[in-house]
Amino acid sequence: MTNSTSIESMHFEFDGHRHPAAFTPVLVGVVGSGNLEVMVEPAAHDRCSVGIETSARGFEAIWAAVVRDFHERHHLAGVTVSVNDMGATPAVVSLRLDQAVAGLKVAP
Amino acid sequence: MNISYAECTARERLARLCDTDSFHEWLPPSERLTSPHLAQLGVPSSFDDGVVIGRAQLDGHTVFVGAQEGGFMGGGVGEVHGAKLVGWLRRALRERPAGVVLLAESGGVRLHEANAGLIAVSEVMRAVLDVRAAGIPVIVLIGGANGCFGGMGLVARCADHLVISETGRLAMSGPEVIEASHGVDEFDSRDRALVWRTTGGRHRAESGDCDRLVDDDVAAFRAAAIDSLNASQPLTMASLEAEHALLAARLATTPLHP
Repeated sequence: MTNSTSIESMHFEFDGHRHPAAFTPVLVGVVGSGNLEVMVEPAAHDRCSVGIETSARGFEAIWAAVVRDFHERHHLAGVTVSVNDMGATPAVVSLRLDQAVAGLKVAP
Repeated sequence: MNISYAECTARERLARLCDTDSFHEWLPPSERLTSPHLAQLGVPSSFDDGVVIGRAQLDGHTVFVGAQEGGFMGGGVGEVHGAKLVGWLRRALRERPAGVVLLAESGGVRLHEANAGLIAVSEVMRAVLDVRAAGIPVIVLIGGANGCFGGMGLVARCADHLVISETGRLAMSGPEVIEASHGVDEFDSRDRALVWRTTGGRHRAESGDCDRLVDDDVAAFRAAAIDSLNASQPLTMASLEAEHALLAARLATTPLHP
């Protein structure tokens, strides 16, 4: 049985090649109407691992596209990205993801 | 340059209020100490449950600082949010900072967490009074767009010092709550002038419910917080009686509706 009030969880993994220099976790945005929060943490692997929790169900294909675009822009490796979303639009999601990366020091 | 306090997030306010890079956070977002209730109701969590707590330097003094995030559920107090504030206040009793500064922005109890939130607010009030009794000044700053309402309005009035901006609002019940319970004839929540002359910062300051009225500017809040340090106002029988006399005098001058 599907529970219409539950949160939808998604997970994406990409192989990356740009390892950020050592960094403390970066948090941007606030979960709220039309907005979301993004946290980027260092991870002991060579991938870019993205976890999403959202109250807006049924948009997995759009999330997949937005996250793939994000990865193609940055090719991050060794990071975990966590998102708490409350109905943000794809453009806002992209901006917040880029804002979080701007808070990292990425080796060229 | 003037930076609007109202337009900053909780974290931006802390970064600009405290001495540069001096803020050390406890239970940061990476700890993921989030509400156990929200996900069951289909509401996303926030990694910090909408409140930031820690230690910092303020004009060279060690202080405890905390900030509620109005952007997440109106700064609503849930179980974890309240527990973070209580633990932070109790730690102040052990470490004895020069002051405890709370950047309040809240609609009150988070209704999703009803009784857990109510209990949390009562525990926060108790903890604030314990910190005051230990001679450590508790300073509450109010300048967020959501104001400070419900249980957090009560917490704010338990503090030694209350600083507010004209943008800030302070009350128990918000305008919509009063209208819903007593009717639009009693209180029209869409009457902005009425709302501001009952709960607004200038009104609160002029009627003696706040100690300072400052501009909507992070630097002005910082200066007021520094001025309030080391000025504990012990809660004594004499101070309570003075408060009661003030309230009685105010009631006597209040025109009553027929």
